[in-house]
Amino acid sequence: MYPSKFDYLAPTSLDEALGVLAEKGPAIKVLAGGQSLVPMMKLRLANPPALLDINRLPDLDFIEDSNGHLRIGALVRHNDVVKSDAVKRANHTVAAAAPWVSDPIVRNLGTVCGSLAHHDPEGDWASVMLATGADVVLKSTQGERVLPITDFCVDMFQTLCRPDELVTEVRVKKHSARGGGDYQKLERKVGDYATVGVATSLELDEHGRIASAGIALTSVYAHNLKVTEAEILLKGKQPSPELFQEAGAIAGAACDPADDHRGSAAYKRHVVGVFTERGLTRSLEIAQGGQS
Amino acid sequence: MNVTVNINGAERSADVEPRLLLTDFIRGTLGLTGTHMGCDTTSCGVCTVLLDGVPVKSCTMFAVQANGRSITTVEGLKQNGQLSAMQRAFHQEHGLQCGFCTPAMMLVGTALLEENPDPTDDEIRWAISGNLCRCTGYMNIVKSIQAAAAIKSEEVSA
Repeated sequence: MYPSKFDYLAPTSLDEALGVLAEKGPAIKVLAGGQSLVPMMKLRLANPPALLDINRLPDLDFIEDSNGHLRIGALVRHNDVVKSDAVKRANHTVAAAAPWVSDPIVRNLGTVCGSLAHHDPEGDWASVMLATGADVVLKSTQGERVLPITDFCVDMFQTLCRPDELVTEVRVKKHSARGGGDYQKLERKVGDYATVGVATSLELDEHGRIASAGIALTSVYAHNLKVTEAEILLKGKQPSPELFQEAGAIAGAACDPADDHRGSAAYKRHVVGVFTERGLTRSLEIAQGGQS
Repeated sequence: MNVTVNINGAERSADVEPRLLLTDFIRGTLGLTGTHMGCDTTSCGVCTVLLDGVPVKSCTMFAVQANGRSITTVEGLKQNGQLSAMQRAFHQEHGLQCGFCTPAMMLVGTALLEENPDPTDDEIRWAISGNLCRCTGYMNIVKSIQAAAAIKSEEVSA
C-alpha cells in the first residue's frame, strides 16, 4: 500500500518549522512518530500534499518535572514514558497507561503529543490527560498558547490546534503524596485498540476524604469521555467500595459504546462500570500509600 | 531525495521518492531481502529492523526519515563471519518453523538483551508481543532468546 505523492520537509530548527507551518498551514501535516499518520496515508484516508518531519528538531524529547507539572515534549515516545522514573514519581495514571499503548515496537516511535494532536477517540492518552488534568502547549509564529486539555479536545480527530500551530509539549498535573491513579484497559490482542479503557485519578485531603477525582473513558463514546458527574459525586466524600460502585454505575450509564467485533454495547458498558470501580480502588491504594 | 544510511556497517545512498517505505528501500533499493513485508498495516512486526539500535516497524516509516541514521537488519547480525549468539540459539532451540517472522524475532531479541542481558520469561514475552508468529511457535522463540542470553553470559565470563 502506498500513499499518494507528497513533499517532505525536515527542518532542523523550531523557528524554521513554525515558518513552514505559517506558510503552508492546512497543506502540510506534522509527522512525529507517524504510527497513526503513516498507516492512514498508506490507506489513503489521509492525503497531505506535504509532510513536516519534526524528528530533527532539537530539545523536544524532554520529560521534566517542573512547577507542579510533568512536562512531556513533542518527541517523547511512548516507550520513553514507560521507562521514565520521573513519570513514576509524578503521575500514577500516566505511568499505568504507558505500557498499554499499542505494542512495544510501535511504542518506540509513536509519541504522546502526536497521539493527543491526532485525537483518535480510541487513543489512550487523551483519557489519561482528561482524568488527571493537563495543559497542551501550542506554538506558532504568532506566539504560544497554553490550553487546558478539556478545551483542546473538541471531538473525534478534532482539537483546537490550528493548522499553523505545533503541539510542543503537554504539561500533566502531578499527583501529590496523597494522590493516586490508574489505567485499566481491555484489548483483544497486544496492539489492538482498546475494547474499553478507563483512566482514573484521585487526590485525598488530610482527613482521607476525596479532594478531587478524575475519570475518563476510551473507546466507548464518539470521543474520549470525561465523566464529570461521577467526579462530582466523589468530591468531598469518604472513599468506600459502595461509593466507587456508584461512580462505576454513573460511568457505565454515561458512555455510549457501539456493538462491534470487539464486543456488544451492553458488555462494554458493563466493563466500564467494573473498570471504573477497579481503577478507583487501585488509585485509592496508591493515594493511601499502601502500594505505588 | 537523496537518502544515505549506514546499514549493517556499510554506508549506502540512493535517490528516492519521499513516499518510498523503509521496507521497500531495504529490500528493493538495497537488495537486502532478509527484512520481510507481512501485513503492511503495522500489526505483524515481521518488517522490524533496528534503527540506531531500537526496533521499529519499517513498513510504517518512510526511507527519507532514516536519512543519516544507522540500520541493522538480519543480514547484519553475524559477527566476524560467524552467526551471532541469537542466531545460534534460534538454530539450537528450533526457534523457527517457516522462518518468516524469524529475522524480526531475532532483531527484537538482540535489542532486548542489549538492554536487559538476563530477561525473565515474562519480559521476553512482553518484548516480542508486537511480533506475530503465524506458525505459533512462540514457546521455542522464547526458549531461543533465553538460550541466547545464556550463551552471551557464558561468552562474557569465558
